[in-house]
This record gives sequence, structure tokens and C-alpha cells, in this order.
Amino acid sequence: MADGKLVKRTKYKTSVKVPGVPGVLKLTKERFYFMPNDPTLTTKLNVEFKLIKGHKSSKECSSKQALLNLTQAQGGNYLFEFDSFPDRDQCRDFVASAIAACGEIGKATSEKPAVPHDEQLSATEMGRRIKLLQENSELQKLHRQLVIGGILSEAEFWAARKKLLEQSENKKPKQRVALKNDMWSVKPLSDGQTNRVTFNLTPEVIHQIFAEKPAVRQAYLKFVPGKMSEKEFWTKYSRAEYLHSTKNIVAAAAEAAEDEELAVFLKQDDMLVSEARRKIRRVDPTLDMEADEGDDYMHLPDHGLPQGETKEILEPQYEPFKRSFSQYLNQHAAVVLRGRVIDVELGDTRSVAEAFTRTYQAEQATEVSDENAYRERVKKVSQVAEIEDLQGPRDPPVALLSIKDPRDYFDSQQANAIKALGDAETGIRQMKFSVSKEEAFCSLKDSISEINSQGLIEPIISPEVALKVFNGLSQNISSTKYHLGKNPHESVLDQLPSATKNELLLHWTSIQELLKHFWSSYPITTKYFYAKVTRLKDAMSQIYPKLQLMFQEIKESVQSDVRHQVSLLVQPMLQALDAAFAHYDADIQKRSAKSGERPNGFV
Amino acid sequence: MTPVSSKLYADDVSLLMVLVDTNPYFWSSMKNTAFTFPKFISHVLAFLNSILLLNQMNQVVVIATGYNSCDYVFDSSTSSMQRAECLLEKLEDFVDKDESLSQEDSVDGIGFSLLSGSLSMALCYIQRVFRSGPLHPQPRILCLHGSPDGPGQYVAVMNSIFSAQRSMVPIDSCVIGSQHSAFLQQASYITGGVYLKPQVSDGLFQYLSTVFATDLHSRSFLQLPRPVGVDFRASCFCHKNTIDMGFICSVCLSIFCKHHKKCSTCGSNFGEARKQDPSASDQRTSDGS
Repeated sequence: MADGKLVKRTKYKTSVKVPGVPGVLKLTKERFYFMPNDPTLTTKLNVEFKLIKGHKSSKECSSKQALLNLTQAQGGNYLFEFDSFPDRDQCRDFVASAIAACGEIGKATSEKPAVPHDEQLSATEMGRRIKLLQENSELQKLHRQLVIGGILSEAEFWAARKKLLEQSENKKPKQRVALKNDMWSVKPLSDGQTNRVTFNLTPEVIHQIFAEKPAVRQAYLKFVPGKMSEKEFWTKYSRAEYLHSTKNIVAAAAEAAEDEELAVFLKQDDMLVSEARRKIRRVDPTLDMEADEGDDYMHLPDHGLPQGETKEILEPQYEPFKRSFSQYLNQHAAVVLRGRVIDVELGDTRSVAEAFTRTYQAEQATEVSDENAYRERVKKVSQVAEIEDLQGPRDPPVALLSIKDPRDYFDSQQANAIKALGDAETGIRQMKFSVSKEEAFCSLKDSISEINSQGLIEPIISPEVALKVFNGLSQNISSTKYHLGKNPHESVLDQLPSATKNELLLHWTSIQELLKHFWSSYPITTKYFYAKVTRLKDAMSQIYPKLQLMFQEIKESVQSDVRHQVSLLVQPMLQALDAAFAHYDADIQKRSAKSGERPNGFV
Repeated sequence: MTPVSSKLYADDVSLLMVLVDTNPYFWSSMKNTAFTFPKFISHVLAFLNSILLLNQMNQVVVIATGYNSCDYVFDSSTSSMQRAECLLEKLEDFVDKDESLSQEDSVDGIGFSLLSGSLSMALCYIQRVFRSGPLHPQPRILCLHGSPDGPGQYVAVMNSIFSAQRSMVPIDSCVIGSQHSAFLQQASYITGGVYLKPQVSDGLFQYLSTVFATDLHSRSFLQLPRPVGVDFRASCFCHKNTIDMGFICSVCLSIFCKHHKKCSTCGSNFGEARKQDPSASDQRTSDGS
């Protein structure tokens, strides 16, 4: 792509259903060529991108073809099928940039309105923009003024706000499909006439089985494809399920005795049992399960579930084949609540099984060892049931990191600057002072002996001074309390009437927006930029007198002490505009001087 | 400001470490003003007595910060020196000793007192109290300081400040000189203490008793003066000048006012590449800290 060329093997088709003509697609910046492999065919293509209006592509999915559809401006389209999706994507990206480039050049050369290509906006993109505008009233105002006022195009306006769009996009993670909440997905279908029972297994169902039954997963990894084929495996599994559904435990045990592989499915899942034990260890230690025994369904057999399980007394040898419904229910609930833990395509059964094993192992690794678990448990108990009086001294609590309001910093800088002014005077006075060592120490010793002989000064402090200090301190404290951390500019704005304030703020944001676009258009390389700059300059020169007028009004209406601060606010805006105008004029002059020597229309 | 956490034990019992500036050059310069050393001592003694009266378990330790040395001059916990006369006697001895240690004959300007030394002594004393057992009063340090900051002590003072912060000992500072002290501003800011420069020096006692007399626990309920701004400027390690902007070693964070080929603190070699672009990475503004 870097050298402006792309060659890919593809099939050219007239419609989706037909097989298509195999050949080679060659893309350059201006046009694309299609050469069929069979030179006798006449389906050669040589089309300029100028004529192509847009492109569509099929969704990436293993069952679908990798298609790219280029639509022509005059109707009609070119359909290509690629060998792989990466190939297709590469071509699609190339085509997109080529179309965009052609569009720009085409429009720049034509004297039509110099708006950049309005790329085909998807509905989601449009919705996102609308949502942003609805959420942000300031942005909306700006949008109304600049875009609907015709100063900026929609694309230009949003180009400066790509980040904002991306942020809003990132806020919503893509929804992930959860597991099915359906327990009986493995339903035997019997046709009633023959003795055959059919099980229907889809990748989704297999995924669920692997998630809920680690033993089946392990068995799969162990047996397939070494010992038996995939089909045999699932047949065996289905047979085991069928035996369970008949609830004939004795029969199941008999079958298991004959076939050890089948036994794996029929016996209780060891991994599940160990996991259940592990989970029980992690239960809140203060929870007393025995105390809750009288609650709800505990008195009913099998927790009150309407499941007519055989209540016959079983011999101990059949015990491992018993399977309780509530166990199954719990396991299913746990898996569904956990959601999708693996991120593998469902088609390949083996990779699904492996992915599950990996996540399981990772969990095991993070689990603490038994001893640690016990210690943790004891710690938890002591934390939950703590008696304050019996606790030893705690470590000093950690002070949280508090990030301060940055305004404090600027205020303090200002205070420093003021202080520096005051300190300068005292600094001069200090430099003149110089005494010898003896003199200094003697005078200090004299002072001490003076206290010794005359005693302390009495009274230490006169009531007047004390009152003065007290008043000064309380005033100082209350003033720092209310004025600290306030931006002086804000207070000036707050003093203005709200309408003026809003207008001023709107002017400020629109000037900023215009200036941003204005300066980003330089240096002027195309006619498009030239037109844009002219438009922007006109818009700015409209705002300029408005701002000046407003400034005058404010000056007259407010008190003199605020006037200076208001001018501090408005002056930078006017200066920024002045700079822009000056640059524009200088550029125009340079341009006209040059254009004398060059043919007209040269940009 | 980070709240000072209480260290167990009765929360209103204080250990107050008072650092008294006894720089003879500073007090000589104050001789012609209304605020002289005897006046200062009177105010301070009255304040110390009021601290001891506030709670019978309160403890006060006074450290004299001299020009060449510093020493304990008063400790209310030792029975032998419980009276003000003791303090003055000790102070006299200290000044004698300080003078004998002095080497130069005269000093330009006021000179600097040994703030870093007295801060370290105070922190050592506090550490001893911490280690004496689980029951101890809550310590805090009060600097009564008049001399200007000695940029040469920058590193030592900062280290003391950080160790005070670590052991959660607030450093209060009351500046009695004519200039603000950047060291003490930073010390109080970092450790969560109070920095104050009295406007009316005659009313020192009133300031001390209003602002600095309250124990740490009660402070959380009070509105105490807050500094409007803190001077965060640092001293360079090479010439001990206070600088706004300078070079910083990317390895050990030492600060220099000029570009050096090699860091004098950690010995890292600075690359030559930055010569072409002096505004590059090594530049810093000290206020950013």
C-alpha cells in the first residue's frame, strides 16, 4: 500500500450467487484493473475511482464469503469475492482511501462548493454525534452557530472533536452474548416408532456441556481423537445422558461396569465435587449453615423441587452413580452467572475444551494453598467479629493521597509574586547590616543577663495589642477561608449580568473554534483551504465588532475596579483575532505578489 | 492538609519541642527595633508556662538554635531544670559555647542559624519518646525562627522535614524575622503544621497562645491560619543558590543551577545530546514539586 499499489487474487462476480470469474485485482491510487486468469474471457475491468461512489463489504464470518462491493456513481456495481477476509479488508481500506483522495481532488478541481467529501456516515456515527450535542449544550450552541450558519461543514466541525466521539464510543463496551439460560438443551428426540433416540448437539450446546461438566471436558481431551472419534465420543455421552434421564441407576451402574469410558460420564464428577469443597471453604466464615437449617425448603425432601426421584434405597456400590437434581441446578446456575469465560470460536470443539482447561488451571494457580486459606479464614473471622476493646494497638492509619485543586497552585504563585515585591525592600535593608562576632555575642549575652537582673517584662502584652492581634488573626482566617482557591476571573464574570456573561462565554468558545480551524488551514495548499480561510475570516470579522461593542457596554455598566479585569478578559480575544487578521492580510499580499508571475489559478 | 493522626494515649497530652532562634547576628539586627531578645524571651517563657498549665502531663523541651551549634536548654520532664532561671542559665552557657565554636570574625548580613541541626535534635528526642513505650504524649515541633534560610542547609532541612512527615510529627513555624522562610513554609506544609508570620511582633504571646497552644487533637476542630502560598523553590546542590529553574539529575534527582557533565551526587554521566537542545528533558521548574 505504501507504493500506492495493491494486487490481490479475487473473483469478479455479477451477483452474489454466481461462482464468478477468477482473476487478479490490481488497485492503484486513481483506478482499479481486473484481469481474468483466462485471457480469452472478456470480463476485463479498468475503472477510475472517480466514478466510484462508495463501497460495501460483507460481515466477517466464517460461513460467509469475503465480498467487496464497489458502487458506481451512475448506478451499477462491481462485486469481488476474495480468498480471505484479511485480503478483503486490505483492499477495502485501500479503496476507501483512494475514493476519498479522488473525491477531494475532484471537488477541488471543480469549482463547486469547497466542502470536503462528506463520507458516508453510518447511522451509529450520526446517532453518536446527536447524542453528544444533546448532552453538551455549549457544544450544541457552537454547532448551531458554526455549522448551521454555514461557516464550517459538518465534517470539519467533528474532525476537531474526534477524541470526544471516541470517548463516547469507548464508554459503552460491546455487549457480550451471555450463555443460554436453558438447562435442558440436550433433549432426546425419539421418533416413537423405532428404538432410536436422537440427540441434537450444536457447538453452543457443546460449549455449555464443557462449561458445566469438567469431567466430560477432561474425558474429551483424553479420548479424542486418540481413542475414539469425535462422533463416537458424543454418542457415548448421549447414551450416558439417556441412561440418566431414565433414572434407572441400577441399569446405569451395570452399563458402566461394562464400558469404562461410559463410566466416566455416569459417575459423579470428581472435579465438580472438589470444586464444591473449595467453594464452601470460601463462604463467609460467619455464616452458620446449621442455624439456617430450619429455613424455607430445607424440611422438604430435595429442597421442594417437584422432581419425582426414585426413593428406593440403594446399595452402596451404586452410590457414585446417583446424581441429584439440585446439584445439577446449582452447577448450571453458577456457569450461567459466570458468563462466557473463554473467547474462542465455537466451531472447533477441541479448542473450546482446551480453553476451558486453561482458564480452570489459571484459577487453580491463583487459589491460595490450604494453609494460607486457613489463615485467611481466621483473619476474616477476626475481622468480621471484632471486639474493639480487645484489639492491640493498630498501625498508624495511612493518610490518603489527596490531589489538590490545581487552582490552589496558581493562587499561591500569585501570592508568591506579591510577596516577592514586599520582600525586595526588606532585603535591601538587611544587606547594610554588619557586626563583628564579639559584638553580636556580647549583646546577646547582655540581653540574657538583663533578663536575669530585671526579670521578665511585665505585663507581657498590653490589652490593646492583644485585641489587635486577635482581630487581625480572625480576619485573616475568615478571609483565607472564603477567598482561597477562587479564580479571580470567575468572580469578575459572576459580577456581570448573566446574559452578558453567557454571551461573552459564547463569543469566547466560538472564537476559539474559528481560530483553531483558521490556523490549522495554513499553509494554504489547495483551493479548498483558501475558501475555508476566507469563510472563517469573514465569520471572525463579524464577531469582532460585536465583541468590541459588548466590551464598551460592559465598561460603561460596571464599576471602575471591575473594568480593568473585564478588559483583561476581553483583550486577549481581540488580540488573537487581530493576529489572525494580520496573518490573513499578509498571506493575501504575498499570494497576490506571487500570482503576478504565475499562471492564474495556480495554488 | 493531611490530618495528623493521633498516636494513642490521652489525645490532649502534648510534647512540645520549641526551637528558639539564638542567632546573635539576628538579634543584634533587632536591637534597634521594638522587639528585642528580652522581650522575645518573656513572651516565649509565658507561652511555655501556659502550655505546662494546660495539662499537667504536658511536656516542653526547648532547643536553642545557635549560629554554630544547637543544644537542649530546657526540659520540663527533668526535675533539675524546672524553672525559668534554669533555662536562662543554660542559655547563657550555650551562647558561650556557641561563641567559642565560631571561627570567622564577622558575618555579612544576619547570617544563618543552624535550623537543620535543631530540627534533627528535636526529631531524635521525639524518636526516643516514641520508643520509650506505648504511652507517650503527642509530639509536635514549634520553630520560633528569625534568621533567613541558609541555602547550604537545604538538603539537611528537607531530610528533617521528610523524616518528620514520616513519623507524623507536625512542624509549626512562627517567623519573627522580617522575611518569610521558604524552609519553614515547606516544613509546615509538608508535615501538616501551621506556618505563621506575625504582623504585630509585640503581640507574639497572643499569636503563640491563639494559634500554637492547642493540642493536635483539638486542632481538627479549629480554623487555624492557612498559608496563602508556599515557596517551593529549591537550592541547587552545586552553589547552594535558591533557584526557580535549573537542571535535575534524572537518576538521583539532585538539583543543579548549571549543566554539569557528571552528577556530583551519584556520578551519572549526562549525555552530550542535550547540548544542542538545552530546553530538553533535564530542565525543570522547581515549583512543580
